[in-house]
Amino acid sequence: MDQLFNVAVSILFDGLAYAMILFIISVGLSVTMGLMGFVNLAHGAFAMAGGYATVSVMNGLGVPFPLALVIAFFLVGAVSVLFERVLYARLYKATELDQVMLSIGLVFMAIAAFTFFYGPAPLTFQAPDYLKGQIDLGFREFPTYRVFMICVGLAMIAALWFGFERTSLGAQIRAAVDNRRMAQSLGIDVDRLFTLTFALGSGLAALGGGLAIEIVGMSPGFAIQYLVFFLIVVAVGGLGSIRGAFVAALVLGIIDNAGKYLWPEGGAFFIYAVTIALLLIKPAGLFGRQA
Amino acid sequence: MGAPPDISAAAAFMERRHRWRPAEALPWLAAVAAFFLFPDYTAFGTQVLIMILFALSLDLIMGYAGIVTLGHAAYFGAGAYAAGMLSAHLGWGEPLTGLMIAGLTAAAVGFVSGVVLLRYHGLTLLMLTLATAIMLQELANVQEEITGGFDGLLGISIDPIFGLFENDLWGRTYYWYALIVLFALFLIARRIVYSPFGQSLSGIRENVGRMHAIGSPVHRRLVTVYTISAGMAGIAGGLFAQSNAFVTLDVLSFARSGAVLIMLILGGTGRLYGAFVGATVYMVLEDELAKLSPEFWEFGIGLLLVLTVLFARRGLLGLIEDLGARFGKAKP
Repeated sequence: MDQLFNVAVSILFDGLAYAMILFIISVGLSVTMGLMGFVNLAHGAFAMAGGYATVSVMNGLGVPFPLALVIAFFLVGAVSVLFERVLYARLYKATELDQVMLSIGLVFMAIAAFTFFYGPAPLTFQAPDYLKGQIDLGFREFPTYRVFMICVGLAMIAALWFGFERTSLGAQIRAAVDNRRMAQSLGIDVDRLFTLTFALGSGLAALGGGLAIEIVGMSPGFAIQYLVFFLIVVAVGGLGSIRGAFVAALVLGIIDNAGKYLWPEGGAFFIYAVTIALLLIKPAGLFGRQA
Repeated sequence: MGAPPDISAAAAFMERRHRWRPAEALPWLAAVAAFFLFPDYTAFGTQVLIMILFALSLDLIMGYAGIVTLGHAAYFGAGAYAAGMLSAHLGWGEPLTGLMIAGLTAAAVGFVSGVVLLRYHGLTLLMLTLATAIMLQELANVQEEITGGFDGLLGISIDPIFGLFENDLWGRTYYWYALIVLFALFLIARRIVYSPFGQSLSGIRENVGRMHAIGSPVHRRLVTVYTISAGMAGIAGGLFAQSNAFVTLDVLSFARSGAVLIMLILGGTGRLYGAFVGATVYMVLEDELAKLSPEFWEFGIGLLLVLTVLFARRGLLGLIEDLGARFGKAKP
């Protein structure tokens, strides 16, 4: 009985930690897709770039890990604006297929470029000493790093919730997601809003990428390997819904971990089966508006 | 009593579209010429022909009916595994019936998934097709006893075609075999897209609301063409299994679904011959650039995609048409 309880706690805990990564990376994709309807498959590439930026800054400049994450956030966010203005902005009115093709082209180029400069091998990453080992939470010990990750995730959720629900900028974004033309008629500069959201979303992806290195590893292939998961979070959660992205990340993270514990060979099968079932029942996602 | 509507103009229009143009002989002449010009590359050429067929099947649903899918490898893989398992488990090595069974299996999978999936649109449909293909891949991975799982399906041996033409070391027989199968299926595809049924598909792509309004059975039309396309993809997969005598999980992968989509976009959608141009350019580039380094190839194809989307949205064939129109007009 004790053992069963322990396994259940492990699954939930690891699932929660994994869900935080999925949420932090995917939430930006969800909002940008909800805002402009742009299918951006290159989102995973920003997360990958964030992971590399984090490690490069740590090794090159000797910056501590938390500060490196912040630098990666701003660096990738700033670079993403360049892409948004030069490339993405041309295709807002294009078909989904064109958007998919442009962004997948960017993914290929990013993977090739990072492989060229950093090599195909996974990054070597040393978490700082205070994040290593186990931490006692009263009834059980847990890996410190994952506890840290869950705390960062919760902080992000709180910050995003506040930003979205309680600030004027958040209200403008929600208005634009709901009805872009109406928002524009009211004088909201949706293009500028989108650039800002895009930068924020890409920055968050970079942060998630930096956090993910310790858990899932980081190599150039990350950009495409985990892309399907990010897309599932967005589609299952519902476009443009932060709450949806969180719930979907939670469901996916826990099911994925449960699958790995209980049925290691076939675990991945579950995720896709659940995804298909959920999308068949709710095509617009759990918290999306029905079209 | 009103006079019966005059349909002679419409009939003449269909007739005109259906007529063969001289330029349409080009790809076939090129395929035959390639056999004699590059005798060392026939095995590679066979794989190009297989991918052309696969891309052609995608063109039917994407270029004509406007169904965007990220999981077309599901049907290619279903066909490949059907043809492979037929030989590996049942000892059935006759190639033509093997192909037929591959096509029918994939068509059955396409029909069942199509009935369910084609009620959805946009991102939901993209995700559903993507998840379906990956789920099949995971299923094949788990069912190791039947599919060989991660190690691949071994022990495929295919009889001589018609009991006469044994495959040789260079795959020359299979080049002709693949070319003839491609030509036969191309004739069917061409017949379909120029038929009234094909016209209704274009109508669905352009304005689905209006097609509903004039009473066209939209869902049934979509499922029909999806099933046909899946069957064609399955035959391409069957050819793949027979010519390589080996099937791995890779036939069902997201990478393959993506590659065939890229080939079609490169060549140009909704024009049948886009598949020929796109698949050939993609595979030759892959072969040449990957020899230099895999990163070159990856960067190259990425750049090519970005440029295609930005400057040649109708694909390479569209680009050639535009150039032709420009220079054509310059003449008096």
